[in-house]
Amino acid sequence: MGTVLALAVDLSLTEKMREISANKVRDKVCELCTQANTVLRKDVLAQLKVAHPKETNKRAKKILDAIIENAKIAKREKLAICQDTGLPVVFLEIGQDIKISGDLKSAVNKGVELGYKKGFLRNSIISHPLFRDKPGYSPVVIHTDIVRGNKLKITVLPCGFGCENKTQLKMFNPTARIDEVKRFVAEAVKLAGPDACPPYVVGVGIGGTADYACFLAKKALLRKVKSQKSKVKRLEAELVKEINKLNIGPMGLGGETTCLGVNIEIYPTHIAGLPVAVNISCHALRSAANTL
Amino acid sequence: MKRINTPLTKREIERLNVGEEVLLSGVIYTARDQVHKRLAEAIHKNKKTAIDLKGRIIYYCGPTPKPKGKIIGSCGPTTSLRMDEFTPVLLKKGILAMIGKGRRSKAIIQAIKKYKAIYFLTYAGCGALLSKYIQKATKVAYKNLGPEAIYKLEVRDFPLIVGIDTKGRSIYD
Repeated sequence: MGTVLALAVDLSLTEKMREISANKVRDKVCELCTQANTVLRKDVLAQLKVAHPKETNKRAKKILDAIIENAKIAKREKLAICQDTGLPVVFLEIGQDIKISGDLKSAVNKGVELGYKKGFLRNSIISHPLFRDKPGYSPVVIHTDIVRGNKLKITVLPCGFGCENKTQLKMFNPTARIDEVKRFVAEAVKLAGPDACPPYVVGVGIGGTADYACFLAKKALLRKVKSQKSKVKRLEAELVKEINKLNIGPMGLGGETTCLGVNIEIYPTHIAGLPVAVNISCHALRSAANTL
Repeated sequence: MKRINTPLTKREIERLNVGEEVLLSGVIYTARDQVHKRLAEAIHKNKKTAIDLKGRIIYYCGPTPKPKGKIIGSCGPTTSLRMDEFTPVLLKKGILAMIGKGRRSKAIIQAIKKYKAIYFLTYAGCGALLSKYIQKATKVAYKNLGPEAIYKLEVRDFPLIVGIDTKGRSIYD
């Protein structure tokens, strides 16, 4: 009798779960890869267009023209915005009331492979970081988060490595002043200088642990540039101003347009520490998202 | 704007000054990290290099695969700094010019001056736009390296900015 009852309870739980097939995830990831790599994000393009008329350096203006024209051609001809189509980072926000039928990780990797082949995107992933061999399309980096509800949000962020190589992490003392944190962020941009395709979008992660701060810096890049949703809007605005005084400019050849925006994500941390990570994106900040 | 054609001569590039914008037509060869490593190794072992380097223009680029109906995929420059380790030996073997993005080390600026070579910049992160200046693309060596293979590119009015001139003057100084 007891067993029958337990079974009935289990069944009712299963009924509440929404089922999403791994194949559906694969197809969505495939679509998002092509979209992210060929259609520049609206918010990024908008900021480029805001910067263009304000730029007083003639050469900088000309380069901004080329960047905007490049985005136009890429979209029209379904060409990659940049030949470095990156190492795709896939963020999965998994509703706790979902059941995935099939192998989720394989589906994501398969989706990337299909999307990259279909979109004529570059195979830039080597399977062993030390014994480097012929590049392929996967495996990608996957970040999962469990959230409420019965939906699955998928975001694909292709990370080019010209700018990824400029990532910085610093474990500050808990007594550090905000000024010191700001200086560190600006210094990271200065170090990247002309090499990582400015104008940049700067992702900053503050708090958590060392690894989590790096994750937050990456996640920050997903948020709309200069969105009003930020918890530290003032700090972001101050940093944008400061960075744009560095006179790095487009291609590093001078100008007022060194960064299009600074996005900061914060998280609680330990009494003994203050981790700060900076993840810089080139002007081709690409991502695409969809919810199943 | 000044137009230049390959094969470039020493005299021609000596007349170009840092910061000057030029349009290049002719033949260039792509080579990035793995090809640089292999070319340098071959030179050190006194072996024949996969392509003849004398008088060549090297473009730091690994294009995306060629879509149907197109000549080439997206093909912008990659970060030049990573090639610095291998550049002096290539200069010694006679390359005349390099195309890339970003800064070079002090040692490379000196080597460029010594060999009277030139370093050009082109639009960074604009691979779709730059594909429009390519008229023909053929993989010629290290085909197993995929996007890192050496491509022979025929370009027309490819936009360049002189980044380091033959006198060793850098646009970033």
